[in-house]
Amino acid sequence: MERSKTYMNSYLAGMLIGLFMIAAYYFSGEGLGASGALKSVVVATVDVVNHDYAKEASFFAARVQNEENSPAKSWLIFEVLGVIAGAIISAAFAGRLKMEIIKGPNITNKKRLIFALIGGLLFGVGSQLGRGCTSGMVMSGMGVLSLSGFIGLMAIFGGGYVLAYFFRKLWI
Amino acid sequence: MGPLFPLGVIGDELNMLIGFLIGIGFGFLLEAAGFTNTRKLAGVFYGYDFVVLKVFFSAAITAAIGLYLMNHYGLIDIDATFYPKTFWIPTLIGGGIMAFGFITGGFCPVTSICAAVTGKIDAMIFVLGAIIGIFGYAFTYESMWEELRNSGAMGRVNIAEWMGISDGLFILILTVVAAIIFFAVSIIQKKVTANSDYQL
Repeated sequence: MERSKTYMNSYLAGMLIGLFMIAAYYFSGEGLGASGALKSVVVATVDVVNHDYAKEASFFAARVQNEENSPAKSWLIFEVLGVIAGAIISAAFAGRLKMEIIKGPNITNKKRLIFALIGGLLFGVGSQLGRGCTSGMVMSGMGVLSLSGFIGLMAIFGGGYVLAYFFRKLWI
Repeated sequence: MGPLFPLGVIGDELNMLIGFLIGIGFGFLLEAAGFTNTRKLAGVFYGYDFVVLKVFFSAAITAAIGLYLMNHYGLIDIDATFYPKTFWIPTLIGGGIMAFGFITGGFCPVTSICAAVTGKIDAMIFVLGAIIGIFGYAFTYESMWEELRNSGAMGRVNIAEWMGISDGLFILILTVVAAIIFFAVSIIQKKVTANSDYQL
């Protein structure tokens, strides 16, 4: 139990993630993302279920028609498959592979799961509208000094601090 | 000279393999840093755990310094990467929606994936929610989002150039600001955790 509480030093982990981000840009010209891969799952599903619709609707059309010459999208899929493998390896070594619900001390499991669903829904919509999530748009954008990364940083963290007071019962 | 794949130095298959290997490193480090624990993530907003902020800024600054030097010495052409274009209006609004998602759900997409595959049931529900959210967005894209998503287009904008200073000076300022923030949050965290009993 004690062992499962030991985490890597935050600054060391951050610097190493930064080095992997450099590698991602150097080899593939890509940042480190995740929401794009979730989008690919949705696009692929809709395409399989109803290809004709996918060809017509503007959200899907560009992605379905260019599937062959859109390596960036499939690169993200492989990257996220790697993320899954890496997380499992680390958790296995640290003894943290177990089924559980993590939540604030003053809420029920049911409430935690309802808010997790709501949060996921919002993140799904927000990441599509904002053209990327916390890692793909903000962190990777900051790495190449893209203005959009810094706008996203202010919106997500600034917004979080503004909203934190109202949702404090969920966490503390 | 990089980036290797966009410039045609390496092929499609090797590029995918590299993506997979880089992903392993990224996922391993996120888990090792504690990013699968939603309470550690939410702690950044309540002052009892600043792991998100520390990891996030040290990663972004390490990458910014490294890429700046590599660009300077001709090892990589930043202009040939998939550089995120700036659409300030949807990024600001989308960021606000994501902030709402972060404070209610306690994850972002990549951390939820890491947590879901290592057994955190709350994260599995978050991932499900995110996929449903993207479905909902996709089916209402033309009627609700398309115009907004394409508004505020500014093209490829480098923040240093936009502010009228050099990249090097911007990175220096960013590093100094981050160092001050790191120092400040270590004091805040000590005070907050001393006053109450936060069991993570």
